[in-house]
Amino acid sequence: MNDLNTAAPKVAGKPPASKKAPEDVLVHLNESSLIPGDTATISAWNISFFGAIALLVGLPLFRPTPFLEILKFVPDGLTATFTVTLCSIFLALVLGLLAGLGRIARTTIINRVATVYVEVVRGIPLLVQLFYIYYALGPLLHLNGLSSAILALSVCYGAYLGEIFRAGIQSIPKGQMEAALALGMSRTQALWRIILPQTVKVVLPPTGNEFIALLKDSSLVSILAVSDLLRRGREYASTTFNYLEAYTVVALIYLVMTLFFSRLVGLMEERLRTHGRKHN
Amino acid sequence: MAESIIRIKQARKSFGKVQALRGVDMEVARGEVILIVGPSGSGKSTLLRSVNRLERLTSGEVWIEDDCVTSPHADIRKIREEVGMVFQSFNLFPHLSVTENIALAPTIVRGETPAVGLQRAAALLERVGLSDKAHAYPEQLSGGQQQRVAIARALAMQPKIMLFDEPTSALDPEMIKEVLDVMLDLAKEGMTMLVVSHEMGFARAAADRVVFMDEGMVVEEGKPEDLFANPKEERTKRFLEHIL
Repeated sequence: MNDLNTAAPKVAGKPPASKKAPEDVLVHLNESSLIPGDTATISAWNISFFGAIALLVGLPLFRPTPFLEILKFVPDGLTATFTVTLCSIFLALVLGLLAGLGRIARTTIINRVATVYVEVVRGIPLLVQLFYIYYALGPLLHLNGLSSAILALSVCYGAYLGEIFRAGIQSIPKGQMEAALALGMSRTQALWRIILPQTVKVVLPPTGNEFIALLKDSSLVSILAVSDLLRRGREYASTTFNYLEAYTVVALIYLVMTLFFSRLVGLMEERLRTHGRKHN
Repeated sequence: MAESIIRIKQARKSFGKVQALRGVDMEVARGEVILIVGPSGSGKSTLLRSVNRLERLTSGEVWIEDDCVTSPHADIRKIREEVGMVFQSFNLFPHLSVTENIALAPTIVRGETPAVGLQRAAALLERVGLSDKAHAYPEQLSGGQQQRVAIARALAMQPKIMLFDEPTSALDPEMIKEVLDVMLDLAKEGMTMLVVSHEMGFARAAADRVVFMDEGMVVEEGKPEDLFANPKEERTKRFLEHIL
């Protein structure tokens, strides 16, 4: 303690003004993190989230026309937005797991198929994929707007999730697979019993982020005549010419949703980390 | 010498241009305890790992009893069930409790009932002196405790042979003894053991033979007291000066 009492003021660059000063400095010294934690009440997240909610409540209160009308008209699109998002993320998880496992497969043909899928899909803009599936393949496969949208988003996000899963699987130390094999397990047993359970922990946060990205990208389906949130906003605006107001509400609703989910992902990450630390 | 349980014939292994093994012959009798020593990069770990085919030889053969490990037609999983392995970095499964770590392989590989698996895990934990840690997770244990669990996990498959790949190299000095004690017990019970390690105390106490390897070849071998006291080869002498 004596050492610290003399050393601390030096670090602070000024002599202690009172007996209490060194302790104040010590608090700062113990704060070893480079980036200050965003735990304050006036954090960026709180400003954005509660600001958006305040606007969504305040605007209709103070200017019922057109904001209350918009708020009654637009949320119908939420059903389509969530249908597209949830169906797509589910299919994308399945495709992503297949692609991720395919990318680490030892059978050359499986490996090639998975790698080509990932490379091709990641190299084509999502909007082009949407057009391609809806306008080019849609008539052949008898797909309507909604199913085209779900198919396109699933295929696209499946590739991205595949890369996340591959990286997650490869982040598990090689010794885990060796230990499992040395015990007489098959590669499949080792994968399902040893590797994948550990991978889940690693890939949960990035998968959550992909879900949020997908939620936002689902707005692209509004061009396929799917009545999602954005499309409803456009429909309202085109009849009333209140473009500024309509798109403000649409943007705010997206913002509230994505901020909400990103906080959930953040909490999940936090829990995973403290769960790991609990055992130490 | 009694009937050999492991026979290694002209084992060669190259990693690209690097030749890790350059024609190693070795026979291990049932119940024999062999310590493999040598400088790093001498191929000792590669040799050990080729016994259960974690490393595939470039050429040469490894036989365990009547099974040819190196044959492409070998039922390698069946062979591995009989060969326990302990790693330098323990490699316990972090998402499973200590008991689950031990009981998993017997149940899913050997098809034992969970009850038998749990019973065996409890018995093995008692044997390695960790009964109180049955429900702990690997990260809650010290290195020495983890390695003892790893030994118990390998023993749960009731192997005929145990391979130890530098089992104490990652441990703090005060933890080495607890692991070596477990290994000594195992040696006394007549387990066939192949140990890559520089623990000379263990060699004197338990090893039937010490094999000195350098540059992918067996340079010299003999009883521990002979090899340590009167090494014949110059390279062995130089190496022993460093570690004795």
